Amino acid sequence: MSKSVNFITRNFGKYDVSSIGSYMNIGGFDALKKAVTMTGEDIAATIAEAKIKGRGGAAYDMGRKWAQAKAVVAEKKVIICNADEGEPCTFKDRALIEKDPFNLIEGMIIAGYTVDAQDGYIYMREEYSHLRPLLLNAIRQAKTYGFLGTNILGKGFNFNIHLYSGAGAYVCGEGTALIRSLEGKAGRPRMKPPFIKQSGLFARPTCVNNVESLAIVAPLLLDDKKEYLSYGSGESIGTKLVSVGGNVNTPGVFEIPFGTTVREIVYDMAGGIKGDHTIRLIQFGGASGKIASSRILDTPYTYDDLKKAGVTVGSGAILVVDDRTSVLNFLRTTQAFFSHESCGQCTPCREGNRHIKLILEKLAANTHRNEDITALKKIVKLMAMSSLCGLGESAENALLSAMQQFPDVFEVK
Amino acid sequence: MLTAQKQDHILSKELSAKIDLVLASHEYDNTQIVGILLDVQDLIDEHYIPEAIAYYLSEKLDLKITVIYDCISFYSSLSEKPRAKYPIQICNSIVCSINDNDSVFTIFKELLGIELNEVTYDGRFTLESVPCFGACDVAPAVRINGTVYGHLDSRGKIENLLNKLL
Repeated sequence: MSKSVNFITRNFGKYDVSSIGSYMNIGGFDALKKAVTMTGEDIAATIAEAKIKGRGGAAYDMGRKWAQAKAVVAEKKVIICNADEGEPCTFKDRALIEKDPFNLIEGMIIAGYTVDAQDGYIYMREEYSHLRPLLLNAIRQAKTYGFLGTNILGKGFNFNIHLYSGAGAYVCGEGTALIRSLEGKAGRPRMKPPFIKQSGLFARPTCVNNVESLAIVAPLLLDDKKEYLSYGSGESIGTKLVSVGGNVNTPGVFEIPFGTTVREIVYDMAGGIKGDHTIRLIQFGGASGKIASSRILDTPYTYDDLKKAGVTVGSGAILVVDDRTSVLNFLRTTQAFFSHESCGQCTPCREGNRHIKLILEKLAANTHRNEDITALKKIVKLMAMSSLCGLGESAENALLSAMQQFPDVFEVK
Repeated sequence: MLTAQKQDHILSKELSAKIDLVLASHEYDNTQIVGILLDVQDLIDEHYIPEAIAYYLSEKLDLKITVIYDCISFYSSLSEKPRAKYPIQICNSIVCSINDNDSVFTIFKELLGIELNEVTYDGRFTLESVPCFGACDVAPAVRINGTVYGHLDSRGKIENLLNKLL
């Protein structure tokens, strides 16, 4: 039986999350002390060697991102921690903040040191407002102990962390929208370029990282035995946090070595399907992710294998839906989410979502015709091609994959 | 500023002092307007931003009133309409939906005698349908003033929850 591991989650339950002393007793801030003896380029190279890809969903090469951020020449640079995890069925970042807040702070300070930033901003969703006191306390204590502020560890490095709150807008997980929200505006995404890495928050070069990406940094720097590199293979080295939910017996966050099969995750870790139901579909990576049938169970959870099976890692969510929910009802609920969350400024996303909703209603009423299906395919293609931001580009992913995996749902009878 | 003066009674001396404390904790930094609005909204019993307060913030922070209302209308967590002492936010997203949140909606409506977005006669409760708040491991769930209540899979549990708030 396959088991979850604890590399990124190594500190869970091991210390008093309200006390920096307790964190330091288990080796807290040792990674930062080691980091300041290295160059930023070396730290970025260590991350690149572990082939870590951004854990928010875009899976951009993190070592490369940090190396690029370091190379930008500017007087003031910014690190942002994106803690706005809004993808339904995604709650791994919540676990990381709740159970190991100091590790996140340490990861951010190391990020700041690596790219020569002076300020770090944590943008946490309003829905996690109950975690604000915990993070504020961690930031305050880190400052008292001299890990934040001026001349950190006597290295002439100055860095501060600011905690900002979202206010219930899924689209603010998108980089440019997040930045506008941090600047005190409504979080509507903007056109790129200019890219965030050149002109982000307050027009400063900005490096945005997901909570889990930052949480890997400290354990990785201290990993002298190369434990992390011993997990997984190929392009998917190391471990990953997944949040499993839906119709499973024991939903939760699990740290898996890359290469664990979907079956092991769903049955051994999440306790299998509730009651005597069977799997209707599994969605990967949140509402903007693609869906698969139970045929995917024996696929190893890696970037490449999931891609071959027609889905992606995305946010790390694994949503298991049993036979009590039809594919169509699943799609309609997902659709309603995107209709609500579309910011409405670009036409393909705003109108596309509306039209998909109407056609799905026809499908549910069984009054659809061939031209509706043709229109649906056209809208889906158009949204992916011409929407302003990632929301519109990915809102139709579930629908698109449903058309491929469950073609009978769209048959005209 | 006429509208603001009409509603001056809402903005008592005591309340404006509390708002000033919120502003101070955000260093009167108008880029922190979203966080300020969230904190101020928590000071109001009905959990919303009254117009008089929006104008007050506009003056104190040297921000155009349109910027403030752009934020209030854009972000779902902010409201310009009075809500209730306990806004009950029921998750309508997929994980709660496949864990029978239909029953959660129905039972709350029956027990409180109100429909979605209506307020009980005593101003205590309102029912809101909201997207995923990341409590999928305890679905079906609701969120009330920042606290999550999960595993609401029976009428008894929902009754207990309401009794706790009464």
